Amino acid sequence: MADIVLQDPVPMKKTREGFGHALVDLGESDPRVVVMVGDLTESTMVSFFAEKFPERFFEIGIAEQNMASIAAGLAAMGKVPFFATYGAFASCRSADQIRVSIAYSNLPVKIGGAHGGISVGPDGATHQAMEEFAIIRSIPNMSLVVPCDYWEARKATRAAAALPGPVYIRFGREDVPVVTDESTPFTFGKGEVFGAGTDVTVIACGVMLYEALRARAAMAAKGVSVRVVNLHTIKPLDRAIIVQAARETGAIVTAEEHQVNGGLGGAVAEVLVQEFPVPVEMVAVHDRFGQSGKPAELMAAFGLKEPDVVKAIERVLARKAAHANA
Amino acid sequence: MSQTVPHVDESALAALMPERCHARGRAGFGLADLRAMSLRLRRDIVTMLVDAGSGHSGGPLSCADFGAVLFFHEMSLDPNNPQWEGRDFWHFSIGHVTPIIYSLMGERGYFPLKDLMKFRQFDGHLQGHPSRHDTPGIEVSAGSLGQGLSVCIGAALAARLDKNERRVYCVMGDGEQQEGQVWEAVMCAAHYRLDNLCAVIDYNRKQIDGDVEDIMGIAPLADKYKAFNWNVIEVDGHDHEAILGGFAAARAHKGRPSVLLANTVMGQGISYMADDYRWHGKPPKKDEGERALVELGTTYDAWKARLLAG
Repeated sequence: MADIVLQDPVPMKKTREGFGHALVDLGESDPRVVVMVGDLTESTMVSFFAEKFPERFFEIGIAEQNMASIAAGLAAMGKVPFFATYGAFASCRSADQIRVSIAYSNLPVKIGGAHGGISVGPDGATHQAMEEFAIIRSIPNMSLVVPCDYWEARKATRAAAALPGPVYIRFGREDVPVVTDESTPFTFGKGEVFGAGTDVTVIACGVMLYEALRARAAMAAKGVSVRVVNLHTIKPLDRAIIVQAARETGAIVTAEEHQVNGGLGGAVAEVLVQEFPVPVEMVAVHDRFGQSGKPAELMAAFGLKEPDVVKAIERVLARKAAHANA
Repeated sequence: MSQTVPHVDESALAALMPERCHARGRAGFGLADLRAMSLRLRRDIVTMLVDAGSGHSGGPLSCADFGAVLFFHEMSLDPNNPQWEGRDFWHFSIGHVTPIIYSLMGERGYFPLKDLMKFRQFDGHLQGHPSRHDTPGIEVSAGSLGQGLSVCIGAALAARLDKNERRVYCVMGDGEQQEGQVWEAVMCAAHYRLDNLCAVIDYNRKQIDGDVEDIMGIAPLADKYKAFNWNVIEVDGHDHEAILGGFAAARAHKGRPSVLLANTVMGQGISYMADDYRWHGKPPKKDEGERALVELGTTYDAWKARLLAG
């Protein structure tokens, strides 16, 4: 596909709104779709579905473990259940229920984890989910997708409903840049090149895709050709696009709004060390809890902005050059 | 509680032909047939445990009477087509009682009886704890305690959405009541007035570490469920007639979920296991199993041969 061009000014919209709108699309097209929520109807934006399909909407209250296992029972009876809560609770509080009731049974339960990442802001560390990738991708049968913007969230949610197994979909809280549009290709499990390049590749997911695209433009001004890959699906992982990027550009930067432990960077590195080792730098939160603050200041303080991606590119290029000279 | 197994003669057992056991819909067993089936299930449990060399004895034996009533009278099932759309939904939240779950499934016709002799083995399909992926008829995998009542709420909500008469049965343990998720689910089932949901608690008063009331007390359990707005039915869990009455009362009760508190004896039917918590999680050794099967009116060799031929 053609390179993604960022609009100026870039429009802003919430990924969770894409989730909410997709649920309405699904409610209209598939009578098996049911939605549950744990006392967060407005903020997970399942309210749109609840208004339109009240008979297929279940408020479960503050009981995430119960909600996850209920979803398994609904799915075993032929429904396509979604449940939504904050990612911190969806992934950590109900991890055992996801593992045993849902994933071991391989039932088509779809989990909407809102409020992922440091950009959750003032609520602080408890509500800034940054461990979901590690938890969810370690559980067999689970799929994991991290949409980059409103449109991708909407497409990913619809795609998740069509899959035969369980899927975790990660959303953020804030308005984030809209980098795609309704017609941008989206295939579950397939990465997409959002910007061509030959010197180095940035593999990003979620809001970090926007930062990667900005870093690409900044590096172009310095004469460096940066490829940007949108790797929205962290599991199953598109190994081919990762290996191809390593082979063709010789250096990889990963960028995610998540702990460095067990996240996108780790997933990419697992592929590369086995198939085509090249230098890798990881832009992520480095093994620390978040804190209260404004989203933008937190993203900067935790090293998740365009300049951090630029620095990582420069570091990995230096390592690539050192390799070549060795 | 009755602490001995009622006398059943072999002709009553022989009368339980496969075509009766494997029927689609409700098997419709009467009292005498149900008592005979419970004896058969206890023989299956002991025999498969001896050969597996691992697994749980106590709970499966305490579940063998209400288990027989569920599978051979109360529930509408199609063992030849486990996903039959008219089926009642059953789920053992206590996944560790697989010896009774698989014995019930085998006798009901979900798979050949000889499969029981591959319980917990690498080349069999009967996992130590029930797995939907491995065993057709298992609705949802289980083994981590506390999740099953929630699973059954999902099934009951689905049946209600589909506006059908399908009922949902959830078997829980008494020790399991210590899990917090159980009470999330107890609250939720009453909130949604799920009268198509019937829970059964195998109230044998024992868990791995000892007496439930010593480990972490759950009494007064009936009062707790009543306070959560459930219809509570207490029965002798080894009296088939009382159990039949309990399920009928649950079926007739509208507007609230029902729970059968089935007062049982861990290890019921085997003299040296009965009411002894140390039999929660271990199998009988070969000589112990041989003794148990003699108590149950047969021999290990004869019953193993019957299973292998089935």
